[in-house]
Amino acid sequence: MALADLPLARFLSEPVVPYEEDEVTRLIVDEHDPEAFAPVAGMCVGEFRDWLLSDAAHPDLLTALAPGITPEMAAAVSKIMRLQDLVTVAAKIRVITRFRNTLGLRGRLSTRLQPNHPTDDPVGIAASIIDGLTYGSGDAVIGINPVSDSVSSVVSLTRMLDHIRATFEIPTQTCVLAHVTTQMEAMRQGAPVDLVFQSVAGTEAANRSFGISLSLLREARGQVLELRRGTVGDNAMYFETGQGSALSAGAHHGVDQQTCEARAYAVARHLQPLLVNTVVGFIGPEYLYDGKQILRAALEDHFCGKLLGLPMGCDVCYTNHAEADPDDMDATLTLLGAAGVNYIMGVPGGDDIMLNYQSTSFHDALYLRRILNLRPAPEFESWMHSRKAELRGAVALLER
Amino acid sequence: MSGIPRLRDFTSARVGLSRAGNSLPTSELLALQLAHARARQAVRSKLDARQLGLELQPMVGDLLFVRSAAPDRATYLRRPDLGRRLSDESRQTVLGRKGKYDTVFVVADGLSALAVQLHAARLIEATLSLLDRADWKLAPFIVVEQGRVAIGDEIGEALGASMSVVLIGERPGLSSADSLGVYLSWNPHPGLTDADRNCISNVRTEGLSYAAAANKLVFLMNESRRRKLSGVGLKEEAKALE
Repeated sequence: MALADLPLARFLSEPVVPYEEDEVTRLIVDEHDPEAFAPVAGMCVGEFRDWLLSDAAHPDLLTALAPGITPEMAAAVSKIMRLQDLVTVAAKIRVITRFRNTLGLRGRLSTRLQPNHPTDDPVGIAASIIDGLTYGSGDAVIGINPVSDSVSSVVSLTRMLDHIRATFEIPTQTCVLAHVTTQMEAMRQGAPVDLVFQSVAGTEAANRSFGISLSLLREARGQVLELRRGTVGDNAMYFETGQGSALSAGAHHGVDQQTCEARAYAVARHLQPLLVNTVVGFIGPEYLYDGKQILRAALEDHFCGKLLGLPMGCDVCYTNHAEADPDDMDATLTLLGAAGVNYIMGVPGGDDIMLNYQSTSFHDALYLRRILNLRPAPEFESWMHSRKAELRGAVALLER
Repeated sequence: MSGIPRLRDFTSARVGLSRAGNSLPTSELLALQLAHARARQAVRSKLDARQLGLELQPMVGDLLFVRSAAPDRATYLRRPDLGRRLSDESRQTVLGRKGKYDTVFVVADGLSALAVQLHAARLIEATLSLLDRADWKLAPFIVVEQGRVAIGDEIGEALGASMSVVLIGERPGLSSADSLGVYLSWNPHPGLTDADRNCISNVRTEGLSYAAAANKLVFLMNESRRRKLSGVGLKEEAKALE
């Protein structure tokens, strides 16, 4: 049977990965909300697309629908949608989350300030943070990918980020993106952790290859919530995903990479995150070969995430072994902006000198904010205004 | 003003670029494009295995040259699975040396043959100088063309090594086309995942020094052997070393 004619309900009765073998499937099935599903329960995939595009599917209805949609339904319908469909529907859905500020509001575009350094040098990291702040970057999070996964190093980086945030009274959150078990140990040692980060995938076996399980993630969330560091909300988790991780781990059960990706969103959804982003071009050409595939995957991931009720951002990126260049990234970035992406990355010059890939720059975010008339998170925007003189002074000094 | 340090003095990240409107100034735009072209060239660079062999031979003595199942770079990029397996012929070569070893060192081109060419021999030299050779029975050193990290699993198993240490060219970044990574796996055999390995990355002139990387590696090797594990269960306590 062609995909468009497949009833949505079939995804509930026939899991693509066996219920008995996989805790992600169990999560998807056990947490499915039939009441939320009711408005579309009788539809097949093709009808679902038509309905999503119609005015009947207004923003509030789509928000209420999310707990009734499974990753497999979202992935299925995305496969028969063109880019403009993926943009149109995603743009209707706002997913708002809060920790020390409010992210995801209509008319806003946030950024993760990503000040990575190849040796975790605190001074080098601070230089990138200062640079980013002068461009209005960092309202989603100031988040470092550390070179070292050692607890002591993660504790000291976490303290340093918190010191900068507290000193300048920046209404944002910080994160050191080490393995979740390292962050948990850091918390035990008293590190001021705002958000707990982890890469997640769409099958139990793929998550095992990351050294994680649902119970471990739940435990981590419980631990960080006890710190009570959020001031306007308690969305305290940060997840990254990316098509291909299940295949990399040999843990895909014969399911296509995009459906596996959407299943990772079920894991994320369960833990009420502040931030979720697909790192769309990171893994490489074996999964997304060129700029066209990266563009398509970015919009699919963003759409699926939003439909499932996630605060979806995107690391618009490529690696040097893919057939892609900055023009491809500009196209992806612009379409994601039109689709209402919650946040993108901010990396000095777009060149991540630690992870060795190209993401979006501070300049790229300014471009997108200007052409689409988008602003930073409200609390962060107010902070920028209140610190205008200092930020301008810093810019003058930096650009001399 | 010239006495005041600039932001760029503190990091190799592209900070303080200034703006043309909201965009990059022309000079920076062109600099990025040049760096991208160089990184792409590194991906396509070919390992000069003979030259590497000449550098390694005096240090390590016993050396084998093998190939993965990926016949060329284009296939290698599309089919990581082939890069993780030995070619049939190479498999026979390795099996022919089966024994009982504490560790096998594997040098693979990965995504930057340039990194391997520049740094692999020197990191091995630094590592061997810290290793008590009487205490470690080392397998023949292996040089692999078109190899990925996990090829160390098949090699380790085929040789009968308790541990594999894979030195491999990392994916080139714009500012670092020559970054070398090191992956340690206890009880190597096909089917291991990244969670089973410990990684030391960014070994290059502007990154982690040979001495620091060798220090970490030998620490991990000793701990891995003592505790009979690697990966998430074996957190490196780098602080003790710094």
